[in-house]
Amino acid sequence: MKQLLIGNAAVARGLWEAGVRVVSSYPGTPSTEITEFASKYDEIYCEWAPNEKVATEVAFGAALAGARSACAMKHVGLNVAADPLFTLSYTGVRGGMVICVADDPAMHSSQNEQDSRHYAIAAKVPMLEPSDAQEAYDFAKAAFDISEKYDTPVILRMCTRIAHCQSIVETGEREERDLIPYEKQPAKYIMMPGYAKKKHPMVEERTAALTSLAENCPFNKIELVSGSEIGIVTSGTSYQYVKEVFGDSVSVFKIGLANPMPVESLKKFASSVKRLIVVEELDPVIETHLKNIGLKPEGKSLFPMIGEFSQKDVKKILLGKEEATVSADSPIPGRPPVMCPGCPHRGIYYVLSKLKITALGDIGCYTLGATPPLNALDSTLCMGASISGLHGFNKARGNDSEGKTVCVIGDSTFMHSGMTGLCNVSYNASNSTVIILDNSITGMTGHQQNPTTGYTIKGDPTAKIDLEALCRALGIARVRVVDPYDLKACEAVIKEELASREPSVIISRRPCMLLKYVKPKAPLKVDADKCRTCKSCMRLGCPAISVNGGKAVIDATQCVGCGVCRQLCPFDAIKGDEE
Amino acid sequence: MMKNTNIMIVGVGGQGSLLASKLLGHVLIKQGCDVKVSEVHGMSQRGGSVVTYVRCGDKVYSPIISEGEADFIVSFEKLEAARHASMLKIGGAVIVNTQQIDPMPVITGAAVYPENVLEELKSKGVKVDELDALSLAKEAGSIKAVNLVLMGRLSRYFPYGEDVWLSAIEETVAPKFVEMNKKAFLLGKNA
Repeated sequence: MKQLLIGNAAVARGLWEAGVRVVSSYPGTPSTEITEFASKYDEIYCEWAPNEKVATEVAFGAALAGARSACAMKHVGLNVAADPLFTLSYTGVRGGMVICVADDPAMHSSQNEQDSRHYAIAAKVPMLEPSDAQEAYDFAKAAFDISEKYDTPVILRMCTRIAHCQSIVETGEREERDLIPYEKQPAKYIMMPGYAKKKHPMVEERTAALTSLAENCPFNKIELVSGSEIGIVTSGTSYQYVKEVFGDSVSVFKIGLANPMPVESLKKFASSVKRLIVVEELDPVIETHLKNIGLKPEGKSLFPMIGEFSQKDVKKILLGKEEATVSADSPIPGRPPVMCPGCPHRGIYYVLSKLKITALGDIGCYTLGATPPLNALDSTLCMGASISGLHGFNKARGNDSEGKTVCVIGDSTFMHSGMTGLCNVSYNASNSTVIILDNSITGMTGHQQNPTTGYTIKGDPTAKIDLEALCRALGIARVRVVDPYDLKACEAVIKEELASREPSVIISRRPCMLLKYVKPKAPLKVDADKCRTCKSCMRLGCPAISVNGGKAVIDATQCVGCGVCRQLCPFDAIKGDEE
Repeated sequence: MMKNTNIMIVGVGGQGSLLASKLLGHVLIKQGCDVKVSEVHGMSQRGGSVVTYVRCGDKVYSPIISEGEADFIVSFEKLEAARHASMLKIGGAVIVNTQQIDPMPVITGAAVYPENVLEELKSKGVKVDELDALSLAKEAGSIKAVNLVLMGRLSRYFPYGEDVWLSAIEETVAPKFVEMNKKAFLLGKNA
């Protein structure tokens, strides 16, 4: 059947058809929908794990048990899952196992622009790289055959423009597969030195075998054009940009098996052209391989290492041509993402900003508190770094920082890797104040359940981790809960906890305004006669409030009646419907 | 070979451009086109500037549209139309909802909203097809139907019959919203 699918849905379809039984993932843009779509197939047990390391280990366990399994994550998630990955390369699998990882060139929704191909090379595992949704589906399915035949996990490398692009996919049907009987094999699965030493040579042999596969496999596509002086080696979306510009007029070697890459077939391709050019986003991985095998390609001397490409870049760099354009003369103000009207994080950030508190931040919607006018954050590094970072900050500065420095971390991020940081705060006794912004969902990635919400990925009720009890169990005696819509209460609690001489956790609790069960209240209005344009309400950075005609105005289409702005108006000019 | 048609749908996160591109993709695929639709999820959706690329033709390679390549820009907001004007092909058209939504730098006073930006584009020869899609959406029954009003307007530029679009609405929209969305579509088309 032919259908229009986004790349991530195509991957999920491929997993399902390949007979996958278990999928465990942590959400992360642009990988999230792989698991969301997979969860819609009843034959797949699907879950949100607390983090990518857990997810990968769950998939390993399922593979060890003889099932086909998968996990999905964004590029930085693979950093978290790197520990199991590197040794999984040694143990291999029993049922096939695929790790789907989605890179984000141009950082549409990420904190860095790392290139996941390095992981495949470093961990010595095969990596497939599709260039559209059809290939995402095909490669996801085929990855399991490689996994089982070569006894290795396989990485499927997606990127934003594959993951979130819909194109036409011809799908098939699910192939039911029996569980492979479990068999105890200590020398294969227990990686202590004696056994691991025997496994390493097998990993090297496997790479050699996979390199032979790469010489002649359906994943690499050679499009030779007789008389073409230029030969382009490319992969993923870059292939599409090359084809958009050149059509069938130049010779192209499209790499689909990104690791290991072939040797002889690339040498032969190079010998058929005068000029060998590599078009690849991010790092010069293909280029380095070509140089290693003695070829002389042009790559990063022409194309940037930064950001994502488009047909425009290929056309400009290789043909020196540009399309004519028009534009407005007036400067166009930027429109950065902002916290939504009624966002529960806004109240806490307003108080932190007002009190001029240093705040170490974390990964999630609440990173947007860093932007004007709140400017409430001082750092954002990676999942969980707010708490451990605060501990280090306070250890370094002691009394100088303890009373005026906090960290903020979301509920899902706390479960992902904040707990260990908090454990360190209590164990190594820093006088740190940790604020958990509990909006009862994984927000930024589009509302995924997590261990604190009480629901599974399918929406079924399940055990709900009690954050207060968890923090106490991790050694924090002072645990407070506050409603971020109540600015006075927030200010009082933050001041008290900063003044206390022991570690503390403040749980700022209110569900995300975008959750379906959260009903917006009637929009508020500004009484223009009472408004003196003091702009106190504007300090919140609420997108529903602006100044128009010399007075503050609340946009009724955006306002959800949270009432936080009302608490700031010194002239009582902001009214609800009832007044 | 049929020339590719490139359509950009631009707006502010949360305005419903996802349904617009879903509908458009559905119509195009039914007409036998090769189609690619690209959008960005995640952080930019939070009230930021959002962009969807829709490309169709005999064979579409690139999932995205580059500067000077768009045949149409469908904009949910004035400023966003201007922001992406350089994506337009010379001779291309902008279909724009005349709603103004101040971005945060304007709200904080760090920048000024360029009020006459559509006039500027017109003076440079850009075909600007403007309509008050918000009012038409209200008339249809929901301010959220701005997307369908704009799709109705865009449909004027395509050679497909009204029935093609209306049945696509039936196939892509939740049943209880079909009538309202059809009304919004027709209001946009005939306004």
